[in-house]
This record gives sequence, C-alpha cells and structure tokens, in this order.
Amino acid sequence: MSLPAAELSRAWYGREALHAEWTKLRTVASTGWLLLGAAVLTVGVGMAADAAATCPSGGCRADPAKLSLTGVQAGQAIVAVIAVLTISGEYSTGMIRVTLAAMPRRLTVLAAKAALVAGLVLTAGAVAVLASVLAGRLILPGHGFTLANGYPALSLGHGPMLRAACGSVLYLALIALLSLGIATAVREPAVAIGLVLGLLYVFPVVTSVVGNQHWQRHLEQIGPMTAGLDIQATTNLSSLPLTPWEGLGVLALWAAGALIIGGLVFRFRDA
Amino acid sequence: MTATIAPESGPLSRDGFARLLYAEWTKFRTVRGWVIAMVVAALLIAGFGIWASSGGQACGTMMPGGQIVAQRCPGPPLGPGGEAVTDSFYFVRQPLRGDGSLTVRVTALAGGTPSANPDGPFTAGLQPWAKAGIIVAASLRPGSAYAAMLVTGGHGVRMQDDYTGDLAGPGGAVPAASPRWLRLVRSGDMLNGYESADGTHWIRVGTARLAGLPSVVPAGLFVTSPDSVTAESSSPTLATAVFDHVVMPAAGPRGAWRGGPVGPVGAAAAPGGRFRLADGQFTVSGAGDIAPAVANSSWSAKPADHSLTGAFAGLIVVIVVGTMFMTAEYRRGLIRTTLAASPDRPRVLAAKAIVIGSAAFVAGLAAAAGAVLIGTDIANSNGTPLFPEPWPTELRIIAGTAALIAVAAILTLAIATIVRRSATAILIVIVVIVIPFVLSAPPGIPTGLTDWLLRVTPAAAFALQQPAPQYYQVQANYIPSSGYFPLAPWTGFAVLCGWTLLALVLAAYLLRRRDA
Repeated sequence: MSLPAAELSRAWYGREALHAEWTKLRTVASTGWLLLGAAVLTVGVGMAADAAATCPSGGCRADPAKLSLTGVQAGQAIVAVIAVLTISGEYSTGMIRVTLAAMPRRLTVLAAKAALVAGLVLTAGAVAVLASVLAGRLILPGHGFTLANGYPALSLGHGPMLRAACGSVLYLALIALLSLGIATAVREPAVAIGLVLGLLYVFPVVTSVVGNQHWQRHLEQIGPMTAGLDIQATTNLSSLPLTPWEGLGVLALWAAGALIIGGLVFRFRDA
Repeated sequence: MTATIAPESGPLSRDGFARLLYAEWTKFRTVRGWVIAMVVAALLIAGFGIWASSGGQACGTMMPGGQIVAQRCPGPPLGPGGEAVTDSFYFVRQPLRGDGSLTVRVTALAGGTPSANPDGPFTAGLQPWAKAGIIVAASLRPGSAYAAMLVTGGHGVRMQDDYTGDLAGPGGAVPAASPRWLRLVRSGDMLNGYESADGTHWIRVGTARLAGLPSVVPAGLFVTSPDSVTAESSSPTLATAVFDHVVMPAAGPRGAWRGGPVGPVGAAAAPGGRFRLADGQFTVSGAGDIAPAVANSSWSAKPADHSLTGAFAGLIVVIVVGTMFMTAEYRRGLIRTTLAASPDRPRVLAAKAIVIGSAAFVAGLAAAAGAVLIGTDIANSNGTPLFPEPWPTELRIIAGTAALIAVAAILTLAIATIVRRSATAILIVIVVIVIPFVLSAPPGIPTGLTDWLLRVTPAAAFALQQPAPQYYQVQANYIPSSGYFPLAPWTGFAVLCGWTLLALVLAAYLLRRRDA
C-alpha cells in the first residue's frame, strides 16, 4: 500500500506543510491575542500621536501620514514576537522534532511558516493601518491639520497616502519575515526577540545622537527600521536618505538575508 | 552516621538567606551565555558611548587660499559657578568706581522678530523673557559675574545674578508698557536691588554677593531678547527699551556712555543692537540672553548623556538575561527543585532579584563610567567641546544609568515570574521601557505624546541621564531628544521603582499561590 509517487510531489508537500503549520498556529491561543494586541497597539499609539500633535495657524512641517502611522513603530514589536514564537515555540516545547519527523523537507516547513505568518500579519496589519488612517482622518483636522494650513483630510485616494498605507502593511510583514529568519537561526525565543528588537530600535536612537551628518545618513539608509519607515513619508521626500520604495527594499533585503541564513542553519543543523 | 550532616547555624544555615543568595548566584554565573550576555551589554553601552564621542564635528576656519584649517570648536562660556552660560546682550555702560548706585526708569519695552532677509517685515511680538534693565558686571568677558535689576517681557520686575539667580520683584507681573524704576546699589561685594513704581517709594528685591568684584566695574543699561523657540525652529529676536531718569552719581559726562554688544549675539542672522541718546532718553535695542545655557542651545557642545545613548541597547540584552534567569527555571523544570529546596517562595524571588540586580548594576556601572570617562577623553583630544557638567551631575548620570539598568532587570525578573513565558515577559518590558524611549529619541513625534509616555511608563527613569537642569527663566525647546525629560531625574527613577515594587509584590503573591 505504498503511496503513489505523484502524491509525494513538491506541491503535495507544500500543501500538507501549510495545512499542518496553519493548524499549529491557529490552535495556539496566543497567536490570536498577539495579533489583536499588535493591531490595538498600532492604532492606539497612532491615535495618541494624532491627538498630541498640533499645527499652529502659521503652518507646520509635520507629515500627517507619518503621524497617523506612528503606531507601526510600536506595533512591530508584537509582530516580531508573533513571528519569533512560530518557530521558537516549537523549540521550547520539543515539538520541532515531531514536526521534522513528519515533514523531513525542512525548507518547505520554513517556507510554510513564512507564508502563514506573513499572511496573518498582512491581514492584521491591513486592519490596523486602515484604522490608523481613519483615526488620523477624524482626529487630525481638530488639531490644526486643516485645508487652510495646507493639509487636506487623509484619504487613500491620494497617491502618496495610499503608498504610505500599503507600504506600512508590507513593512509589518517584512518585519515578521526578518524576525522569523533570526528566530530560526538562534532558536531561543528570548534571545531572538532581544536580537530583533535591538536590531530595529538601535538604529533610530543611535542615528539621533551621531554628530557626523555623513554617518547619520548612512545609518538611516542601512537600518531596517529607519530605512523601511521611509515608506511612510508623504511630504518633503527630497530630504529622505532613500526614496520610499528603496527604503522598503532595504528592509526586504534584511528580511531575505535573515531568512536565507535561518534556512541554511535550519537545513543543516540537528533540531 | 549521625555526624555526616553537621547542624549549621548563622547566615549559612540551611534556611539562611545567604545560602539562598549563593545558590542563585551559582545558577547565574554557571550559565556561560548569561555571563557573556552581561559582558556584551556592558560592551554595547561603552562601545556606543565611545563611538558617539569620536564622531565629533570639527570646526574649521577658511584660510585665504580656500584651505580649511581645523581648530577647536568654541565651547560655551562658563559662569562663576563653572556652569555653561549664555552671555550676550547689548550693553550701554560707564565705569563704576568703588561703591555707588545706578538708578533708571524703564518707560517702554517692545520687541519682535526680524525677517531673515534684511528688507523683510518685522513681526512684532515681545519675548516673555526679553529683559531690559541695569547691570553691574565684573568685566566685559562673557561668563563674568554680575547682578542686574530688570523688567521682563512677561514676568515682571526681577533681580538676577550670576546666571542662575532669579528673584521676582514683589510687584508681581507688570505690563511691559508701564514705567518702572530700578536701582542697584553697590557696597563692597554686595549689590542690593530695588524697584519702585514712582521713583520715591523703593522696595528692596534682593541682595547679591559677587565675591572678588574689582573696584572699577562696567555698569549701565542692557537689553536682551532670547531666540523665539518653537518645536521646529528657533529664530533670533530683538527687543527695544526706552530708559530715562538715568542717575549714576559717579558718572562721567553724557558722552561717556559707550554702547556695544557683549558676547556673540543671537544665532546666525543676529539682529544688531544699538542705542540712541536724546534729551536724557536712552533707546536701547538688543538681542541674546544672560542666562544659564541649555544643552541644546546653539553651541555644538555635547552633553555627557549623549555618550550613554547606548545604554538602551545594553538594556535590551539585560532584559533578555533577566527574563531567562526566571523562565529557564520553568523551561527546565528546575523551579520544582528550587522551591523544594527553599519552600519560602518570596525569599527565592528576593534572592534572584538581588543577584540579577547586582550583576546588572555592576555591568552598567562599569560600562557607563567607561563610556563617559573615555568618551570625554576622546572628545577632549578631538577638540569637540563638551557641555560642562559639575561632577555631581556626572556622577548621577553614571550611577543613575547603572541603577536604571539594575532596577529594569529586577522589573523584568518580576514580570517573567508573573507570566512565566520568556517571549511575553520580554515583550511587556520592551513595550513599557524601550518603546517609549525610542519614540522620544528622534524628533518628529509630538512632544505631547512623548511627555506623557515619559511620565507614566517605567521609561521615566531615563530622566536620570538628563545633563542639565531645566530653567523656567530660559526659553528653550525642552524635549527628550535634546536631553530634557518631563520629570526630575530621581522622580523619574521613582516611577520605575514604583512599577518594579508593584510587579515584585504581584510576582511574590502569584509564586506563592500558584503551583510551579
């Protein structure tokens, strides 16, 4: 009663891996709570930033799109934790040995995890970003961001705003992939989270104190968070160290690099 | 076989807390990864500090051939107390020989912001801390000792001395337009300041002692107008005051009054000061300020806390170790052995807190001291001016950073005990400590939000790194990204300690109540 060879094809494996990973993800209660937490934190911090902003009648240089999407900087921490837990959780419990015994094609397992976590984060991120933009549209005009000061109400019909919103969703998904790659390489959840968050938050803080402008610009160009968040800029684009899509591209390179390293380690190391 | 276990007593007895501490210390030091992580945390803090100090901007002078010669950047002038000061004003003066007095009436004070282009419009608007009055200074050198009686734009009559001294006149706030009489009387090193509404009834505002004041000193009228500051920019302003009834008994003839700016005036496009004397009426215009310097003023000097920005990177590493110090026990089932060996569970938590707190404190102290001391050395040899800090401030910044890291490690331990899962514990601590700080570090996030975050979250403790006090009498953009925190240093630290205590109590309660 051997299985037909066709059933062991790559596609079959992929489907089965996706199905197995999906079952694991959706049956862990923390996944849902963390996704909800990420969305709530993103929207909450964004609303707080909207409410704290003021634009005096003389006009101001604030970027309303960036302002309403401030929450992404906080929400990404939870997104990183979700991604880290999809793999580290298995190492903590020893589940990984069962997974790999059932699915010996390790890269397929990792690819399935990556696809699922990216999909979940894209969904939660889209909800959070839409709610943030809506909150900005409702709150900001009350704080001086009016047409008279040169700020039309936030609208996804406005090209740069649409780019900032979609880009922020993609940003969150890329952060998840970066975290997954790092977590696959280091296994221990605490260390992985520390590494990811350190990598993200070190660049903006260090950049703000480096006196040398040349260095400052370089750091902003290579930092995964500083470069990736360029996607949120809608005003004063010429002063950015990178164009918005180039910035997101830098983050994508980081995510790809982390996934490749994680994949190689995963493939060739004993679980 | 009864003698194999000798009865022990004293601190090392079976239930002794010292033994418990020793057991926890053994657990900590025998996990190589944790010890290495603590060293890495210290290296991160020190390394960032040294790196941030080495990237100083050099100042250059353009030589006639177009060649740029690097030189030491000018630092801020130092006041009599050794603190950095701003000392630029327009001074109409005569020498005051020996004891004597100076009396004037200020009849008007007006001001505004000149446009950046010379023919542009002048936007009227007097700065609340624009000053016009009389001053006796030890010398014309910026940073010299002085005492002054003055009228301000929005804060009434004041007596100020030696940059930080500020006394409000009893008259309270007066409209800048209403005439005020001011008098300074010198006797030896003492200067008494008086104000009057009518020139006959005088009220003493205060006394200043200027030790070692020379016998002949410059004295006269002065006007300042500090830069107007918004969240986004600052622009130089100009104030003009009208004085009459100028009485200086020992004064020379009218023509003996000399006017001129003291110190560098304002920022780049400084409006010029000038004075006119007609019919006994002096009209004096000036810009600048006589006040303690703020760490983010136009001086390029870096405060020492800049070299401690790496502290938060080290903090992330310490948070990871603090979490694992507790969660690893649950992961490996060691917690059951631990609790069987010492059934008094809160004492286990206390011992763990002391061990991780001390380890973090030692690592933080070594790193912070290294970052500040080596950083200062590097900046000095590069010619980068440093914002001068008195040694108690420097000590507070170094010890405070270590204390912040230690207490944060204990907070992490408590939260890890409560939630028992490393990922959740780290997430909580990062969200409450690191993210508020990261949001406040680069300018751009509304200060209303960051102010609030840095008051209520444990991140308030970063106020320990504030390099200079906030002066109500100095207009500046006091924001976290330039090193000013909404809470006073130790108040901010108390917020972190409060949260930590709360978490410890809850952790002890849960540890006692729950099955391990």
